[in-house]
Amino acid sequence: MSQDVYITGIEMLKFGRYPDRGPPQLGAEAALGALDEAGIAIADIQAMYAGSVFQSMIGQRILQQIGQTGIQVVNITNACATGAACVREGWIAIRSGEYDTVLCVGVEQTTGMGLLGGAKTGPIPTDGLLGSATMPSVFGEAGIEYAAKTGATIEDFAQVAVKNHHHSTMNPKAYLQKETPLDVVLNAEVIAWPVTKLMCSVNVDGAAACVLMSERKVKELGLMGQAIRIRGTALASDPWQERDPTMPDVNTVTRLAADKAYAMSGVEPGDIDLCELHDCFAPIELPHYENLRLCEDGAGVELLRSGATELGGRIPVNVSGGLLSKGHPIAATGIANLYELSLHLRGKAGDRQVAGAKIGMAHVVGLGTCSAVHILEKA
Amino acid sequence: MSDTANPPKAAFPFIKIDAGGRASLTAVRCKACGSWYAETHRLACARCGKREFETAEPTLTGKLHAASIVERGFPGTPTPFISAVVDLDDGPVLKGMLRGVACKPGEIPHGRRVKVVFDDALGRKDAEGNSYVSHFFEPA
Ligand SMILES: [Zn+2]
Repeated sequence: MSQDVYITGIEMLKFGRYPDRGPPQLGAEAALGALDEAGIAIADIQAMYAGSVFQSMIGQRILQQIGQTGIQVVNITNACATGAACVREGWIAIRSGEYDTVLCVGVEQTTGMGLLGGAKTGPIPTDGLLGSATMPSVFGEAGIEYAAKTGATIEDFAQVAVKNHHHSTMNPKAYLQKETPLDVVLNAEVIAWPVTKLMCSVNVDGAAACVLMSERKVKELGLMGQAIRIRGTALASDPWQERDPTMPDVNTVTRLAADKAYAMSGVEPGDIDLCELHDCFAPIELPHYENLRLCEDGAGVELLRSGATELGGRIPVNVSGGLLSKGHPIAATGIANLYELSLHLRGKAGDRQVAGAKIGMAHVVGLGTCSAVHILEKA
Repeated sequence: MSDTANPPKAAFPFIKIDAGGRASLTAVRCKACGSWYAETHRLACARCGKREFETAEPTLTGKLHAASIVERGFPGTPTPFISAVVDLDDGPVLKGMLRGVACKPGEIPHGRRVKVVFDDALGRKDAEGNSYVSHFFEPA
């Protein structure tokens, strides 16, 4: 029998503000949604991989809400790749033969956290003296690096935001569901040029969860009709680059993860019908087109300008609204990306459905640095 | 009353201040592959894994690799300022504040020649009242 691993239940909460509930409650609701869709109970779960960047022991605290069954729980923190790492670890656990049914949950509350990215501590504050460690600056500088290489303009960066904000108007679970024309994006408050406020992902609260099963279990329970096959899963850390650790490189690590996932899946870039990639700040979407092999090296700007990455284009990117507009509850993002792909692969994405989608790719980058890539297919 | 006017300290390990108060850069370089690190001690090389290093003095010239104009920073840091990543001609990559140019996109083209200068660390003092010397970039 094949050793494929499947998603049989997956859920994400609408990203937004949940001031009256804590991370365990949010994670619990997403977990219950995933269990319900798979038609199983918490007692059927044999292991749990739970992720949160700002919470400790989140897995146990979720089980305290939905059923403490004594199973193995592993809590994972891997920056913005936390949720994706949970799925990857769950996949490994099933492939090892140890388990048939695993629960993965990612949850975060980031409302009100403001600028993320820490200035290093020392005898005196170092912010400014060491340049800026804020995320908008770090990714603004990555965008400028890309622009110097390719001729991308600030208008191109803004157009990414226009596209993803437009997509979110069709996603009822997105935080922002608002059109942002080009001039509005360009004239928004500058946070760190070239990045304006509407080119930054939004700090929100959110949770997402999925149930993974072995092929044996999927067949036993008769769930193949709703199952999503994990064709490729890869997690990479950043190989040495000449500007480490001064300037994080999110490109090489993404290429490494993408190439591993492609090799595992046997899928070619041309087979990908839609992609949810890590648009934490608008400029970085463009190099990721190239890093994920959605176009030739150097052709990212052209791909955007051609309209290929809009809904209806050759390879729609971030039809959920992306991190820019759907929101970015850090540890939930990786699983929320898989939720989006699953909707499309099952033909249930509503107004934003990518017609005939059969294979989807999901990508995240956690600064520090790591990247995860998953390739999913309807079983 | 004791005299609290201690000589300023180096804000970062890659800055060295001699007995005469003159500041310079210091860094370590992997003897095997030549990779630079803006540090004083290292166990092994992140690029090649070898464990032998030599201390060397980087050049004070380089070129701008990438920059952003920070309008909103962490509390306590005056804005706007230019955050700059600089490839030293012979030395590690340093990040810092580029000053002496207007905070305008046209002033920060990729490849612009810059030099490293040393100055008081924006008036910041530690809990004992010591002042610090930091690096800054200026147009060359
Ligand atoms: Zn070396």
